[in-house]
Amino acid sequence: MVKDGCAHVKPAAATDLSVFLLVTWSLWWQTGHEDHVGPDPPRIIFSAGKALHRGALGWKAEWLLSIIRLLRLSPTLDGLEVSVALKQGQVTPTELCQRCLSLIKKTKFLNAYITVSEEVALKQAEEAEKRYKKGHSLGDLDGIPIAVKDNFSTSGIETTCASNMLKGYVPPYNATVVQKLLDQGALLMGKTNLDEFAMGSGSTDGIFGPVKNPWSYSKQYREKRKQNSHSENEDSNWLITGGSSGGSAAAVSAFTCFAALGSDTGGSTRNPAAHCGVVGLKPSYGLVSRHGLIPLVNSMDVPGILTRCVDDAATVLGILAGHDPKDSTTIQDPVKPFTLPSLTDVSKLCIGIPKEYLTPELSSEVHSLWSKAANLFESEGAKVIEVSLPHTSYSIVCYHVLCTSEVASNMARFDGLEYGHRCDSSVSTEAMYAATRREGFNDVVRGRILSGNFFLLKENYENYFVKAQKVRRLIANDFVNVFNSGVDVLLTPTTLSEAVPYTEFIKEDNRTRSAQDDIFTQAVNMAGLPAVSVPMALSTQGLPIGLQFIGRAFCDQQLLTVAKWFEKQVQFPVIQLQELMDDCSSVFENEKLASVSLK
Amino acid sequence: MAAPMLRWCCPGRRFAFARVGCGSCHRRGPPTGSTSNGKRGQSTVAQQPHITAQKPRKGEREWAAVVGLEIHAQIASNSKLFSGSQVHFAAPPNSLVSFFDASLPGTLPVLNRRCVEAAVMTGLALDCHINRKSLFDRKHYFYADLPAGYQITQQRLPIAVNGSLAYSVSVGRKPSQMVTRTVRVKQIQLEQDSGKSLHDDLRSQTLIDLNRAEGQLRVDANISVHRPGEPLGVRTEVKNLNSARFLARAIDYEIQRQINELENGGEILNETRSFDYKLGCTVPMRDKEGKQDYRFMPEPNLPPLLLYDSGSLPPGADPQQVIDIDRLRERLPELPRVTRERLVRQYGMLPEHSCALLNEVGLLEFFQSVIKETRAEPKKVTSWVLNTFLGFLKQQNLAVSESPVTPSALAELLDLLDRKAISSSAAKQVFEELWRNEGKTPAQIVAEKKLELLQDLEALEQLCRSTLEAHPHVVMDLKRGNPRAINKLIGLVRKATLGRADPTAIKEVLERQLSS
Repeated sequence: MVKDGCAHVKPAAATDLSVFLLVTWSLWWQTGHEDHVGPDPPRIIFSAGKALHRGALGWKAEWLLSIIRLLRLSPTLDGLEVSVALKQGQVTPTELCQRCLSLIKKTKFLNAYITVSEEVALKQAEEAEKRYKKGHSLGDLDGIPIAVKDNFSTSGIETTCASNMLKGYVPPYNATVVQKLLDQGALLMGKTNLDEFAMGSGSTDGIFGPVKNPWSYSKQYREKRKQNSHSENEDSNWLITGGSSGGSAAAVSAFTCFAALGSDTGGSTRNPAAHCGVVGLKPSYGLVSRHGLIPLVNSMDVPGILTRCVDDAATVLGILAGHDPKDSTTIQDPVKPFTLPSLTDVSKLCIGIPKEYLTPELSSEVHSLWSKAANLFESEGAKVIEVSLPHTSYSIVCYHVLCTSEVASNMARFDGLEYGHRCDSSVSTEAMYAATRREGFNDVVRGRILSGNFFLLKENYENYFVKAQKVRRLIANDFVNVFNSGVDVLLTPTTLSEAVPYTEFIKEDNRTRSAQDDIFTQAVNMAGLPAVSVPMALSTQGLPIGLQFIGRAFCDQQLLTVAKWFEKQVQFPVIQLQELMDDCSSVFENEKLASVSLK
Repeated sequence: MAAPMLRWCCPGRRFAFARVGCGSCHRRGPPTGSTSNGKRGQSTVAQQPHITAQKPRKGEREWAAVVGLEIHAQIASNSKLFSGSQVHFAAPPNSLVSFFDASLPGTLPVLNRRCVEAAVMTGLALDCHINRKSLFDRKHYFYADLPAGYQITQQRLPIAVNGSLAYSVSVGRKPSQMVTRTVRVKQIQLEQDSGKSLHDDLRSQTLIDLNRAEGQLRVDANISVHRPGEPLGVRTEVKNLNSARFLARAIDYEIQRQINELENGGEILNETRSFDYKLGCTVPMRDKEGKQDYRFMPEPNLPPLLLYDSGSLPPGADPQQVIDIDRLRERLPELPRVTRERLVRQYGMLPEHSCALLNEVGLLEFFQSVIKETRAEPKKVTSWVLNTFLGFLKQQNLAVSESPVTPSALAELLDLLDRKAISSSAAKQVFEELWRNEGKTPAQIVAEKKLELLQDLEALEQLCRSTLEAHPHVVMDLKRGNPRAINKLIGLVRKATLGRADPTAIKEVLERQLSS
């Protein structure tokens, strides 16, 4: 069904620098951006063509493209992979690293990062550079800037889970997924923001404050707002990223890194990916190690991957997937590194549309894009059928019981004795536990701990936990039945609507929001299936809308192949952060990086 | 101690093996609640004496005690149950703690294959049903030496269930009055041990050692008394007993205490008690936790533990990844019951002697080494090992492995005795010399101390003759018909030979000389 072939490279959206928006940025952001519209004549020379031929595993560098476009270089070029550029010496890891670091600084107001590991990244870049000079690069990830959600343990780098409880906690070990990325030479730019202990769907409920969606500042959104809105105060209307991996989604979306790790328990990777216009992959449960991921719900948690295109997600998955002796729930069978073929023929594909996902809360715009996507598959020859997942409506309440129960258990270790926050009280050990946990956890976490302990009480266990487990089985069986009936991939919305402004979002509490926002994503975690959110188009407001593909367990590769075909068809536009890019181009020059010749 | 409080809804019998030092425990406990269980429970070693100990009063039926044991035993393994940290007895505090042992966020348990094998073998040895699928659970409670806030155990579906252990015990005054008893085993479960708390009352501090608790065996005894035919009594749990002697004393005391309490119109509280070994009594523990709800939950990070047998082994399975019960069965050593039967059969040994040989660590091996090297009769060897050798050990409170006398030395000594080179009394003397451990062989000692029997018949005849001549009144006495007079003559000759002549040989010579 899937043929091998040269990966398609996404054409660049037409960019006209002269039409750049003068908006009211915060002051530091504003400084000097007008001075750098027209840089000097071309300094970067592309070996066009050569660089474009790549294997399916490659880094599509919209980021570089944006820089290049800004510099008015080779406007006809439609793509570039950073890893090829690195291999050919067109750009060095240190340059890449410094560019990303300066973008991180410039986008600090997004609050995407909790910790920026500048020194670590620069040192790693230096080592990568040495390897490239010797011609011994470690692979596609060598010298590539990445970011990691702050609930993955990173040796020697503070890991907070955006909680007072773990503020100042520096793990002595790396999560397996982090170690695997580092072993491939990836540069760790920093730790990204999230909801406290990943409990939330907005990235608004961590102690470091909410994450702002880069699309809030995009040309696409600002233009629409100007037309539609009478609001004067633009900045107060910034949008949430979704969550809980909002920091990772924003970091990728704002070009501060090429890939980021998120975690996905009920949709925490896919939801912010959809809102931030990036690809968010939740691999099959058991395919990627959880060792070092500070757990939310062990039986549903999966490390997630956020990138700007499907190929990149596949590359990262290829590196992360496989058995980990430190995680007994990972598959035993060896996982071979894979390359994602370019699908040219979808006529043998069967796409399922779950009818239960057509809920009244679904926005008409998402609904119509969903239909459009289904029609697209159909028009290209795929079989598109309506399917039923009859237990879908029980998923949220079932999840609530299972999630809070595991949370109650997992959070028991935070007692202030060995690590993390400890209160000042020393009346008794019990009093110390109580005060430490009251001070260390926010309301959301404490609420879930209380609910979970209630469900686990001897008198309630059968009525709640055991029943929820049975319902979970029914939900998982729904998917099994659908896939057994010949469906290859399910197509659903990822979110009910596009991202909403923060002021709007906080009108509902965390629990209500999580229950609403996880509706399309969370059953997948119950069943352990792979799913990916792919940005499809911009809403009338100029904001990204993503659709979700759900695959068979451990058929992640097939899932990504379909996602890649879809990505190619829809041509989702590149985020236009002119001011950001412009500002960056000044960095680009000031730091003498523009003189680098990309041969 | 940091061990969790364990409450069972009824009295019964519980045995468990826990791994100390972070390890695991297999636990055997009682089936819940049935009266028949309680009754049969009376046949355990621990409670047997107590039932008969209580004399019934007029018009009253006697009390019956029900005892269940939960035994925590450390598994002999190189690393811990769920982490790669080593297990060493008496290692410096917190020197053997992995990130998992310290419950650092994000760490996951990985099951130790060796511990599973040990649990299966224990289950087989105790005639249990081995569950082909068993599960792990989390048991929650807050305690400073339980860093995760929960303990990983096997609450719902343990690795082995429904076993039994038959054993012999002597009843009455004669050791030869042996009866066979059977104790039922409810379950064996693998369980992570908690850490160890050291309370520094002076500075009101508690220090935690996450190497995990010390000691290789820890027993909690659940005890109740009732009158046969009536419902089971309220149970108390005596926790953290670490030797068989204290276990027996604690149970003795607790049964008597409960009977006294009830007969004086008091009531028994369902409580945890500890045993004060200095005072020899049980005292209530500070029960600060009140009614605990452990909020059991499946451990999500450990998949079900699947075991196979030769019939169910998946084809092409990696032998490192599967556990084959049948192969473990082949690796089982000879079980004590079988060994005892074999000793009786092979050496014509008395059953109580076979028990005695197995009750002391290393004694059977010592016995077998001696048997292998000596020509002496097995009965002789048994007698020497159980009386002389064991007597010396007990007197000095030594283990078999600490004995100054090697099996070879004893074998050589018994050879000398066997070919009548020395007398029995000389042999005892040689053994004492050997015990002093001066590096001499039995033969050397015999030569130095001139302990060898007189082999020169002519010299013996000469000595006999002169003895007869020197004691005419004894000869007279004998001739007048006192048969015991011969013994006096034998004694006199022996004395003259400095104990080096065989009394039987002396008697023969004397009788010949007297009748001639």
